[in-house]
Amino acid sequence: MNLIIEYQGQLLSGTWVTVQLAILSLVIAVIFGLLGAWAKLSKNLLAKKAAAGYTTVVRGVPDLVLILLVFYGGQQFVNQLGTLTGLWDYVEISQFVAGVGTIGVVFGGYMTETFRGAILAIPRGQIEAGIACGMNRLTIFRRIIWPQMVRYALPGFSNNWLVQIKATALVSVVGLQDVVYNGFVAGRSTRQLFTFMFAVLMIYLLLTAISDFGLRQLDRKYSKGITRSDDG
Amino acid sequence: MGEAFVQFLQAWSPLDIVLIAENFDRFLLGAWVTLKLTFISLVIGGTLSIPLAIIRAGSNPFLNAPVWAFTYLFRGTPLLVQTYLIYYGLGQFEWIRETALWGPVLSQAWYCALIAFSLNTAAYTAELLRGSIVTTSNGEIEAAKACGLSRAKRMRRIILPSAFRRALPAYSNEVIFMLHGSVVASTITIQDLLGVGRWLNGRYYLAYEGFITAAVLYLLIVLLISRGFRFWESKWLRHLYPQEAVKSKSGKGLASFRI
Repeated sequence: MNLIIEYQGQLLSGTWVTVQLAILSLVIAVIFGLLGAWAKLSKNLLAKKAAAGYTTVVRGVPDLVLILLVFYGGQQFVNQLGTLTGLWDYVEISQFVAGVGTIGVVFGGYMTETFRGAILAIPRGQIEAGIACGMNRLTIFRRIIWPQMVRYALPGFSNNWLVQIKATALVSVVGLQDVVYNGFVAGRSTRQLFTFMFAVLMIYLLLTAISDFGLRQLDRKYSKGITRSDDG
Repeated sequence: MGEAFVQFLQAWSPLDIVLIAENFDRFLLGAWVTLKLTFISLVIGGTLSIPLAIIRAGSNPFLNAPVWAFTYLFRGTPLLVQTYLIYYGLGQFEWIRETALWGPVLSQAWYCALIAFSLNTAAYTAELLRGSIVTTSNGEIEAAKACGLSRAKRMRRIILPSAFRRALPAYSNEVIFMLHGSVVASTITIQDLLGVGRWLNGRYYLAYEGFITAAVLYLLIVLLISRGFRFWESKWLRHLYPQEAVKSKSGKGLASFRI
Protein backbone atom coordinates (compact mmCIF):
# COMPACT_ATOMS: atom_id res chain seq x y z
CA MET A 1 0.00 0.00 0.00
CA ASN A 2 2.85 2.37 0.86
CA LEU A 3 4.39 1.63 -2.49
CA ILE A 4 1.17 2.52 -4.26
CA ILE A 5 1.16 5.87 -2.49
CA GLU A 6 4.77 6.38 -3.40
CA TYR A 7 4.03 5.72 -7.06
CA GLN A 8 0.64 7.41 -7.12
CA GLY A 9 1.94 10.11 -9.47
CA GLN A 10 2.69 7.57 -12.21
CA LEU A 11 -0.58 5.76 -11.67
CA LEU A 12 -2.59 8.96 -11.75
CA SER A 13 -0.90 10.31 -14.87
CA GLY A 14 -1.42 6.92 -16.51
CA THR A 15 -5.07 6.95 -15.53
CA TRP A 16 -5.43 10.39 -17.05
CA VAL A 17 -3.93 9.13 -20.34
CA THR A 18 -6.34 6.18 -20.28
CA VAL A 19 -9.33 8.47 -19.68
CA GLN A 20 -8.29 10.82 -22.49
CA LEU A 21 -7.72 7.87 -24.80
CA ALA A 22 -11.14 6.44 -23.99
CA ILE A 23 -13.05 9.71 -24.37
CA LEU A 24 -11.37 10.84 -27.58
CA SER A 25 -11.82 7.43 -29.17
CA LEU A 26 -15.46 7.48 -28.08
CA VAL A 27 -15.97 10.72 -30.01
CA ILE A 28 -14.47 9.13 -33.12
CA ALA A 29 -16.51 5.97 -32.58
CA VAL A 30 -19.78 7.94 -32.37
CA ILE A 31 -18.96 9.88 -35.55
CA PHE A 32 -18.05 6.70 -37.42
CA GLY A 33 -21.08 4.96 -35.96
CA LEU A 34 -23.46 7.64 -37.18
CA LEU A 35 -21.84 7.73 -40.62
CA GLY A 36 -21.88 3.93 -40.79
CA ALA A 37 -25.51 3.67 -39.76
CA TRP A 38 -26.44 6.33 -42.28
CA ALA A 39 -24.55 4.46 -45.01
CA LYS A 40 -26.07 1.11 -44.07
CA LEU A 41 -29.60 2.51 -44.21
CA SER A 42 -29.11 4.61 -47.33
CA LYS A 43 -30.38 3.60 -50.74
CA ASN A 44 -26.94 4.07 -52.25
CA LEU A 45 -25.65 0.58 -52.98
CA LEU A 46 -22.00 1.62 -52.89
CA ALA A 47 -22.36 3.24 -49.45
CA LYS A 48 -24.16 0.16 -48.20
CA LYS A 49 -21.45 -2.19 -49.45
CA ALA A 50 -18.68 -0.02 -48.07
CA ALA A 51 -20.33 0.14 -44.64
CA ALA A 52 -20.90 -3.61 -44.63
CA GLY A 53 -17.24 -4.21 -45.46
CA TYR A 54 -16.17 -1.76 -42.78
CA THR A 55 -18.18 -3.34 -39.97
CA THR A 56 -17.19 -6.86 -41.03
CA VAL A 57 -13.47 -6.19 -41.02
CA VAL A 58 -13.42 -4.02 -37.95
CA ARG A 59 -15.52 -6.38 -35.85
CA GLY A 60 -13.91 -9.51 -37.23
CA VAL A 61 -10.27 -8.67 -36.58
CA PRO A 62 -9.04 -8.40 -32.97
CA ASP A 63 -8.40 -4.78 -31.94
CA LEU A 64 -4.79 -5.40 -30.91
CA VAL A 65 -3.94 -6.65 -34.41
CA LEU A 66 -5.33 -3.43 -35.88
CA ILE A 67 -3.56 -1.27 -33.29
CA LEU A 68 -0.23 -2.89 -34.15
CA LEU A 69 -0.94 -2.62 -37.87
CA VAL A 70 -1.79 1.08 -37.61
CA PHE A 71 1.07 1.90 -35.29
CA TYR A 72 3.81 0.14 -37.24
CA GLY A 73 2.26 -0.03 -40.70
CA GLY A 74 0.42 3.28 -40.65
CA GLN A 75 3.62 5.18 -40.01
CA GLN A 76 5.35 3.61 -42.97
CA PHE A 77 2.28 4.00 -45.15
CA VAL A 78 1.89 7.70 -44.41
CA ASN A 79 5.55 8.34 -45.08
CA GLN A 80 5.62 6.34 -48.28
CA LEU A 81 2.59 8.30 -49.42
CA GLY A 82 4.37 11.51 -48.47
CA THR A 83 7.48 10.60 -50.44
CA LEU A 84 5.39 9.49 -53.37
CA THR A 85 3.30 12.63 -53.61
CA GLY A 86 5.93 14.97 -52.18
CA LEU A 87 3.27 16.70 -50.12
CA TRP A 88 4.76 16.19 -46.68
CA ASP A 89 8.03 15.24 -45.03
CA TYR A 90 8.61 12.64 -42.39
CA VAL A 91 5.58 12.21 -40.16
CA GLU A 92 5.62 10.35 -36.90
CA ILE A 93 2.46 8.69 -35.64
CA SER A 94 2.51 8.67 -31.85
CA GLN A 95 1.17 5.77 -29.82
CA PHE A 96 -1.60 8.01 -28.60
CA VAL A 97 -2.79 8.98 -32.08
CA ALA A 98 -2.57 5.39 -33.31
CA GLY A 99 -4.51 4.19 -30.25
CA VAL A 100 -7.23 6.82 -30.40
CA GLY A 101 -7.65 6.40 -34.15
CA THR A 102 -7.74 2.61 -34.15
CA ILE A 103 -9.96 2.14 -31.12
CA GLY A 104 -12.26 4.88 -32.37
CA VAL A 105 -12.60 3.33 -35.82
CA VAL A 106 -12.99 -0.21 -34.42
CA PHE A 107 -15.72 0.75 -31.99
CA GLY A 108 -17.31 2.88 -34.70
CA GLY A 109 -18.11 -0.48 -36.26
CA TYR A 110 -19.92 -1.63 -33.13
CA MET A 111 -21.65 1.73 -32.82
CA THR A 112 -22.81 1.44 -36.43
CA GLU A 113 -24.74 -1.70 -35.58
CA THR A 114 -26.16 -0.15 -32.41
CA PHE A 115 -27.30 3.03 -34.13
CA ARG A 116 -28.66 1.15 -37.11
CA GLY A 117 -30.79 -1.04 -34.85
CA ALA A 118 -31.98 2.02 -32.94
CA ILE A 119 -33.03 3.88 -36.09
CA LEU A 120 -34.82 0.79 -37.37
CA ALA A 121 -36.71 0.55 -34.08
CA ILE A 122 -38.40 3.89 -34.70
CA PRO A 123 -41.83 3.25 -36.21
CA ARG A 124 -41.83 4.09 -39.90
CA GLY A 125 -45.17 5.87 -39.57
CA GLN A 126 -43.62 8.61 -37.47
CA ILE A 127 -41.12 9.44 -40.17
CA GLU A 128 -43.89 9.41 -42.77
CA ALA A 129 -45.91 11.70 -40.54
CA GLY A 130 -42.94 14.04 -40.45
CA ILE A 131 -42.77 14.05 -44.23
CA ALA A 132 -46.52 14.67 -44.40
CA CYS A 133 -46.08 17.68 -42.13
CA GLY A 134 -43.62 19.07 -44.63
CA MET A 135 -40.50 18.64 -42.51
CA ASN A 136 -37.22 18.43 -44.38
CA ARG A 137 -34.81 15.59 -43.75
CA LEU A 138 -32.71 17.47 -41.24
CA THR A 139 -35.73 18.45 -39.18
CA ILE A 140 -37.00 14.90 -39.23
CA PHE A 141 -33.64 13.70 -37.98
CA ARG A 142 -33.43 16.36 -35.30
CA ARG A 143 -36.99 16.22 -34.02
CA ILE A 144 -38.12 12.64 -34.60
CA ILE A 145 -35.20 10.29 -35.13
CA TRP A 146 -32.53 11.61 -32.77
CA PRO A 147 -34.49 11.82 -29.48
CA GLN A 148 -35.86 8.32 -29.90
CA MET A 149 -32.68 6.90 -31.36
CA VAL A 150 -30.77 7.93 -28.26
CA ARG A 151 -33.17 6.02 -26.07
CA TYR A 152 -33.14 2.89 -28.20
CA ALA A 153 -29.38 3.01 -28.67
CA LEU A 154 -28.47 3.65 -25.04
CA PRO A 155 -28.27 0.01 -23.84
CA GLY A 156 -26.05 -0.98 -26.77
CA PHE A 157 -24.07 2.23 -26.48
CA SER A 158 -23.42 1.61 -22.78
CA ASN A 159 -22.25 -1.88 -23.51
CA ASN A 160 -19.91 -0.68 -26.28
CA TRP A 161 -18.49 2.03 -24.07
CA LEU A 162 -17.72 -0.41 -21.25
CA VAL A 163 -15.95 -2.73 -23.69
CA GLN A 164 -14.13 0.24 -25.17
CA ILE A 165 -12.70 1.48 -21.86
CA LYS A 166 -11.24 -1.96 -21.32
CA ALA A 167 -9.90 -2.09 -24.88
CA THR A 168 -7.78 0.99 -24.23
CA ALA A 169 -5.53 -1.21 -22.08
CA LEU A 170 -4.22 -2.80 -25.29
CA VAL A 171 -2.50 0.41 -26.39
CA SER A 172 0.03 -0.15 -23.61
CA VAL A 173 1.40 -2.98 -25.79
CA VAL A 174 2.82 -0.44 -28.27
CA GLY A 175 4.32 1.55 -25.40
CA LEU A 176 1.76 4.25 -24.66
CA GLN A 177 2.28 5.30 -21.07
CA ASP A 178 -1.24 4.61 -19.90
CA VAL A 179 -2.21 3.20 -16.54
CA VAL A 180 -1.30 -0.38 -17.47
CA TYR A 181 2.14 0.59 -18.79
CA ASN A 182 2.96 2.83 -15.84
CA GLY A 183 1.66 0.28 -13.36
CA PHE A 184 3.74 -2.42 -15.02
CA VAL A 185 6.92 -0.35 -14.98
CA ALA A 186 6.42 0.60 -11.34
CA GLY A 187 5.65 -3.00 -10.41
CA ARG A 188 8.72 -4.32 -12.17
CA SER A 189 11.11 -1.83 -10.63
CA THR A 190 9.79 -2.56 -7.13
CA ARG A 191 9.34 -6.30 -7.77
CA GLN A 192 5.75 -5.96 -6.61
CA LEU A 193 3.90 -6.66 -9.85
CA PHE A 194 0.90 -8.20 -8.16
CA THR A 195 0.33 -5.18 -5.99
CA PHE A 196 0.55 -2.79 -8.91
CA MET A 197 -1.44 -4.85 -11.37
CA PHE A 198 -4.12 -5.21 -8.72
CA ALA A 199 -4.13 -1.44 -8.26
CA VAL A 200 -4.53 -1.04 -12.04
CA LEU A 201 -7.37 -3.55 -11.95
CA MET A 202 -9.09 -1.48 -9.26
CA ILE A 203 -8.63 1.72 -11.27
CA TYR A 204 -10.35 0.14 -14.26
CA LEU A 205 -13.09 -1.18 -12.01
CA LEU A 206 -13.62 2.33 -10.72
CA LEU A 207 -13.77 3.74 -14.25
CA THR A 208 -16.29 1.16 -15.41
CA ALA A 209 -18.36 1.53 -12.23
CA ILE A 210 -18.55 5.31 -12.64
CA SER A 211 -19.50 4.95 -16.31
CA ASP A 212 -22.09 2.36 -15.45
CA PHE A 213 -23.65 4.67 -12.88
CA GLY A 214 -23.62 7.68 -15.21
CA LEU A 215 -25.16 5.73 -18.09
CA ARG A 216 -27.91 4.45 -15.84
CA GLN A 217 -28.81 8.03 -14.94
CA LEU A 218 -28.82 8.96 -18.61
CA ASP A 219 -31.00 5.99 -19.39
CA ARG A 220 -33.46 7.06 -16.73
CA LYS A 221 -33.53 10.56 -18.14
CA TYR A 222 -34.20 9.48 -21.72
CA SER A 223 -36.76 6.89 -20.70
CA LYS A 224 -38.93 9.35 -18.81
CA GLY A 225 -42.58 8.76 -19.45
CA ILE A 226 -42.00 5.32 -20.88
CA THR A 227 -43.43 2.29 -19.20
CA ARG A 228 -41.13 -0.65 -19.05
CA SER A 229 -42.79 -3.99 -19.50
CA ASP A 230 -39.94 -5.94 -17.97
CA ASP A 231 -36.58 -5.34 -16.40
CA GLY A 232 -34.85 -6.12 -19.71
CA MET B 1 5.42 -20.11 -65.57
CA GLY B 2 5.61 -20.55 -61.81
CA GLU B 3 8.85 -18.67 -61.62
CA ALA B 4 7.52 -15.88 -63.78
CA PHE B 5 4.58 -15.57 -61.45
CA VAL B 6 6.85 -15.38 -58.40
CA GLN B 7 8.93 -12.70 -60.13
CA PHE B 8 5.79 -10.79 -60.99
CA LEU B 9 4.68 -10.89 -57.37
CA GLN B 10 8.06 -9.80 -56.11
CA ALA B 11 8.11 -6.89 -58.48
CA TRP B 12 4.55 -5.66 -58.23
CA SER B 13 2.88 -6.79 -55.04
CA PRO B 14 2.91 -4.21 -52.24
CA LEU B 15 3.16 -7.07 -49.76
CA ASP B 16 5.92 -9.64 -49.79
CA ILE B 17 3.59 -12.49 -50.65
CA VAL B 18 6.42 -14.92 -51.28
CA LEU B 19 7.72 -14.42 -47.76
CA ILE B 20 4.24 -14.93 -46.34
CA ALA B 21 3.84 -18.12 -48.35
CA GLU B 22 7.22 -19.38 -47.15
CA ASN B 23 6.21 -18.84 -43.53
CA PHE B 24 2.61 -19.85 -43.92
CA ASP B 25 3.03 -23.08 -41.98
CA ARG B 26 4.07 -21.00 -38.98
CA PHE B 27 0.90 -18.96 -39.30
CA LEU B 28 -1.17 -22.12 -39.39
CA LEU B 29 0.63 -23.33 -36.28
CA GLY B 30 -0.11 -19.98 -34.64
CA ALA B 31 -3.76 -20.25 -35.64
CA TRP B 32 -3.84 -23.70 -34.09
CA VAL B 33 -2.42 -22.32 -30.82
CA THR B 34 -5.03 -19.54 -30.85
CA LEU B 35 -7.86 -21.98 -31.49
CA LYS B 36 -6.64 -24.39 -28.85
CA LEU B 37 -6.28 -21.66 -26.26
CA THR B 38 -9.71 -20.24 -27.05
CA PHE B 39 -11.43 -23.59 -27.12
CA ILE B 40 -9.95 -24.97 -23.88
CA SER B 41 -10.72 -21.68 -22.09
CA LEU B 42 -14.28 -21.79 -23.36
CA VAL B 43 -14.73 -25.37 -22.17
CA ILE B 44 -13.29 -24.70 -18.70
CA GLY B 45 -14.99 -21.31 -18.37
CA GLY B 46 -18.28 -22.65 -19.68
CA THR B 47 -18.26 -25.51 -17.19
CA LEU B 48 -17.48 -23.15 -14.32
CA SER B 49 -20.17 -20.74 -15.44
CA ILE B 50 -23.10 -23.15 -15.02
CA PRO B 51 -23.02 -23.45 -11.21
CA LEU B 52 -22.14 -19.74 -10.98
CA ALA B 53 -25.13 -18.80 -13.12
CA ILE B 54 -27.46 -20.98 -11.02
CA ILE B 55 -26.17 -19.28 -7.88
CA ARG B 56 -26.60 -15.83 -9.41
CA ALA B 57 -30.12 -16.66 -10.52
CA GLY B 58 -31.00 -17.95 -7.05
CA SER B 59 -31.65 -15.87 -3.98
CA ASN B 60 -29.13 -17.13 -1.44
CA PRO B 61 -27.29 -13.96 -0.39
CA PHE B 62 -24.29 -15.79 1.07
CA LEU B 63 -23.55 -17.51 -2.21
CA ASN B 64 -24.79 -14.73 -4.44
CA ALA B 65 -22.55 -11.95 -3.09
CA PRO B 66 -19.16 -13.60 -3.71
CA VAL B 67 -20.18 -14.80 -7.16
CA TRP B 68 -21.45 -11.32 -7.98
CA ALA B 69 -18.13 -9.86 -6.82
CA PHE B 70 -16.25 -12.35 -8.99
CA THR B 71 -18.25 -11.60 -12.14
CA TYR B 72 -18.17 -7.86 -11.46
CA LEU B 73 -14.39 -7.86 -11.07
CA PHE B 74 -13.73 -9.90 -14.17
CA ARG B 75 -16.27 -8.12 -16.36
CA GLY B 76 -15.24 -4.67 -15.24
CA THR B 77 -11.52 -4.93 -15.96
CA PRO B 78 -9.41 -5.59 -19.08
CA LEU B 79 -8.37 -9.14 -19.87
CA LEU B 80 -4.84 -7.86 -20.51
CA VAL B 81 -4.48 -6.69 -16.91
CA GLN B 82 -6.01 -9.89 -15.56
CA THR B 83 -3.51 -11.92 -17.55
CA TYR B 84 -0.59 -9.75 -16.39
CA LEU B 85 -1.78 -10.08 -12.81
CA ILE B 86 -1.64 -13.86 -13.01
CA TYR B 87 1.46 -14.27 -15.17
CA TYR B 88 3.70 -11.52 -13.78
CA GLY B 89 1.96 -10.92 -10.44
CA LEU B 90 1.80 -14.31 -8.79
CA GLY B 91 5.59 -14.60 -8.63
CA GLN B 92 5.62 -11.77 -6.11
CA PHE B 93 4.53 -14.16 -3.39
CA GLU B 94 7.16 -16.39 -1.85
CA TRP B 95 4.62 -19.00 -0.76
CA ILE B 96 3.23 -19.38 -4.29
CA ARG B 97 6.72 -19.88 -5.68
CA GLU B 98 7.27 -22.64 -3.13
CA THR B 99 4.16 -24.66 -3.97
CA ALA B 100 4.40 -27.65 -6.27
CA LEU B 101 2.16 -25.88 -8.77
CA TRP B 102 4.67 -23.10 -9.45
CA GLY B 103 7.19 -24.86 -11.69
CA PRO B 104 4.91 -26.83 -14.02
CA VAL B 105 1.87 -24.51 -14.07
CA LEU B 106 1.93 -21.04 -12.57
CA SER B 107 5.27 -19.96 -14.02
CA GLN B 108 4.25 -21.08 -17.52
CA ALA B 109 2.80 -18.47 -19.84
CA TRP B 110 0.48 -21.00 -21.45
CA TYR B 111 -1.23 -22.04 -18.23
CA CYS B 112 -1.40 -18.50 -16.93
CA ALA B 113 -3.15 -17.40 -20.11
CA LEU B 114 -5.47 -20.37 -19.84
CA ILE B 115 -6.36 -19.56 -16.22
CA ALA B 116 -6.98 -15.88 -16.96
CA PHE B 117 -9.05 -16.58 -20.08
CA SER B 118 -11.09 -19.31 -18.39
CA LEU B 119 -11.97 -17.14 -15.41
CA ASN B 120 -12.78 -14.23 -17.70
CA THR B 121 -15.11 -16.16 -19.95
CA ALA B 122 -16.65 -17.90 -16.92
CA ALA B 123 -17.63 -14.50 -15.54
CA TYR B 124 -19.19 -13.29 -18.79
CA THR B 125 -20.92 -16.58 -19.51
CA ALA B 126 -22.30 -16.82 -15.98
CA GLU B 127 -24.03 -13.44 -16.29
CA LEU B 128 -25.30 -14.29 -19.73
CA LEU B 129 -26.71 -17.61 -18.54
CA ARG B 130 -28.17 -15.97 -15.46
CA GLY B 131 -30.13 -13.62 -17.71
CA SER B 132 -31.39 -16.51 -19.71
CA ILE B 133 -32.32 -18.59 -16.62
CA VAL B 134 -34.20 -15.69 -15.05
CA THR B 135 -36.24 -15.08 -18.18
CA THR B 136 -37.48 -18.66 -18.47
CA SER B 137 -41.22 -18.35 -18.95
CA ASN B 138 -43.12 -18.84 -15.74
CA GLY B 139 -45.61 -21.22 -17.32
CA GLU B 140 -42.90 -23.78 -17.96
CA ILE B 141 -41.79 -23.67 -14.34
CA GLU B 142 -45.36 -23.87 -13.09
CA ALA B 143 -46.03 -26.84 -15.31
CA ALA B 144 -42.92 -28.56 -13.95
CA LYS B 145 -44.04 -27.84 -10.41
CA ALA B 146 -47.49 -29.23 -11.20
CA CYS B 147 -45.84 -32.39 -12.47
CA GLY B 148 -44.15 -32.71 -9.09
CA LEU B 149 -40.56 -32.15 -10.26
CA SER B 150 -38.17 -31.24 -7.46
CA ARG B 151 -36.11 -28.06 -7.63
CA ALA B 152 -33.02 -29.85 -8.88
CA LYS B 153 -34.99 -31.71 -11.50
CA ARG B 154 -36.73 -28.54 -12.65
CA MET B 155 -33.37 -26.93 -13.12
CA ARG B 156 -31.89 -29.90 -14.93
CA ARG B 157 -34.77 -30.92 -17.14
CA ILE B 158 -36.73 -27.74 -17.77
CA ILE B 159 -34.85 -24.54 -17.04
CA LEU B 160 -31.29 -25.27 -18.16
CA PRO B 161 -32.06 -26.91 -21.51
CA SER B 162 -34.26 -24.02 -22.50
CA ALA B 163 -31.90 -21.42 -21.04
CA PHE B 164 -28.93 -22.85 -22.95
CA ARG B 165 -30.79 -22.58 -26.20
CA ARG B 166 -31.95 -19.05 -25.62
CA ALA B 167 -28.44 -18.04 -24.58
CA LEU B 168 -26.97 -19.29 -27.84
CA PRO B 169 -27.03 -16.02 -29.85
CA ALA B 170 -25.42 -14.08 -27.01
CA TYR B 171 -22.95 -16.90 -26.46
CA SER B 172 -21.79 -16.70 -30.05
CA ASN B 173 -20.72 -13.14 -29.29
CA GLU B 174 -18.86 -14.33 -26.24
CA VAL B 175 -17.02 -16.97 -28.28
CA ILE B 176 -15.90 -14.33 -30.77
CA PHE B 177 -14.88 -11.95 -28.01
CA MET B 178 -12.85 -14.74 -26.43
CA LEU B 179 -11.13 -15.43 -29.73
CA HIS B 180 -10.37 -11.72 -30.03
CA GLY B 181 -9.26 -11.63 -26.41
CA SER B 182 -6.84 -14.49 -26.96
CA VAL B 183 -4.45 -12.08 -28.74
CA VAL B 184 -3.43 -11.05 -25.23
CA ALA B 185 -1.51 -14.33 -25.12
CA SER B 186 0.98 -12.90 -27.62
CA THR B 187 1.92 -10.23 -25.07
CA ILE B 188 3.11 -12.85 -22.60
CA THR B 189 5.43 -14.62 -25.05
CA ILE B 190 2.98 -17.20 -26.44
CA GLN B 191 3.35 -17.80 -30.19
CA ASP B 192 -0.30 -17.58 -31.13
CA LEU B 193 -1.51 -16.25 -34.48
CA LEU B 194 -0.68 -12.66 -33.62
CA GLY B 195 2.55 -13.81 -31.97
CA VAL B 196 3.67 -15.31 -35.30
CA GLY B 197 2.75 -12.07 -37.09
CA ARG B 198 4.82 -10.08 -34.64
CA TRP B 199 7.67 -12.52 -34.95
CA LEU B 200 7.69 -12.26 -38.76
CA ASN B 201 7.63 -8.46 -38.68
CA GLY B 202 10.34 -8.32 -36.07
CA ARG B 203 12.58 -10.73 -37.85
CA TYR B 204 12.39 -9.17 -41.33
CA TYR B 205 11.85 -5.56 -40.27
CA LEU B 206 8.46 -5.41 -41.91
CA ALA B 207 5.49 -3.24 -41.07
CA TYR B 208 2.52 -4.91 -42.74
CA GLU B 209 2.99 -8.51 -43.76
CA GLY B 210 2.76 -10.32 -40.42
CA PHE B 211 -0.13 -8.27 -39.07
CA ILE B 212 -2.12 -8.34 -42.28
CA THR B 213 -1.75 -12.10 -42.62
CA ALA B 214 -2.79 -12.54 -39.00
CA ALA B 215 -5.73 -10.17 -39.50
CA VAL B 216 -6.97 -12.07 -42.54
CA LEU B 217 -6.71 -15.39 -40.74
CA TYR B 218 -8.53 -14.02 -37.67
CA LEU B 219 -11.28 -12.68 -39.92
CA LEU B 220 -11.58 -16.07 -41.57
CA ILE B 221 -11.88 -17.86 -38.22
CA VAL B 222 -14.50 -15.38 -37.01
CA LEU B 223 -16.52 -15.84 -40.20
CA LEU B 224 -16.42 -19.60 -39.81
CA ILE B 225 -17.46 -19.42 -36.15
CA SER B 226 -20.36 -17.10 -36.84
CA ARG B 227 -21.49 -19.33 -39.71
CA GLY B 228 -21.33 -22.31 -37.38
CA PHE B 229 -23.41 -20.57 -34.76
CA ARG B 230 -25.98 -19.47 -37.29
CA PHE B 231 -26.39 -23.07 -38.34
CA TRP B 232 -26.63 -24.14 -34.70
CA GLU B 233 -29.21 -21.47 -33.96
CA SER B 234 -31.33 -22.50 -36.89
CA LYS B 235 -31.27 -26.00 -35.47
CA TRP B 236 -31.75 -25.39 -31.77
CA LEU B 237 -33.87 -22.26 -31.80
CA ARG B 238 -36.32 -23.23 -34.49
CA HIS B 239 -39.19 -23.44 -32.01
CA LEU B 240 -38.58 -19.80 -31.06
CA TYR B 241 -38.39 -18.33 -34.52
CA PRO B 242 -41.74 -16.58 -34.87
CA GLN B 243 -41.17 -14.79 -31.55
CA GLU B 244 -37.57 -14.07 -32.32
CA ALA B 245 -38.51 -12.50 -35.64
CA VAL B 246 -40.84 -10.13 -33.80
CA LYS B 247 -38.24 -9.46 -31.14
CA SER B 248 -35.44 -8.77 -33.58
CA LYS B 249 -37.32 -5.68 -34.74
CA SER B 250 -36.59 -4.03 -31.44
CA GLY B 251 -33.01 -5.20 -31.67
CA LYS B 252 -33.29 -7.37 -28.60
CA GLY B 253 -32.55 -11.01 -28.09
CA LEU B 254 -30.60 -11.73 -31.24
CA ALA B 255 -26.85 -11.75 -31.45
CA SER B 256 -25.51 -8.32 -32.23
CA PHE B 257 -22.53 -9.88 -33.93
CA ARG B 258 -23.65 -11.07 -37.33
CA ILE B 259 -21.34 -11.09 -40.26
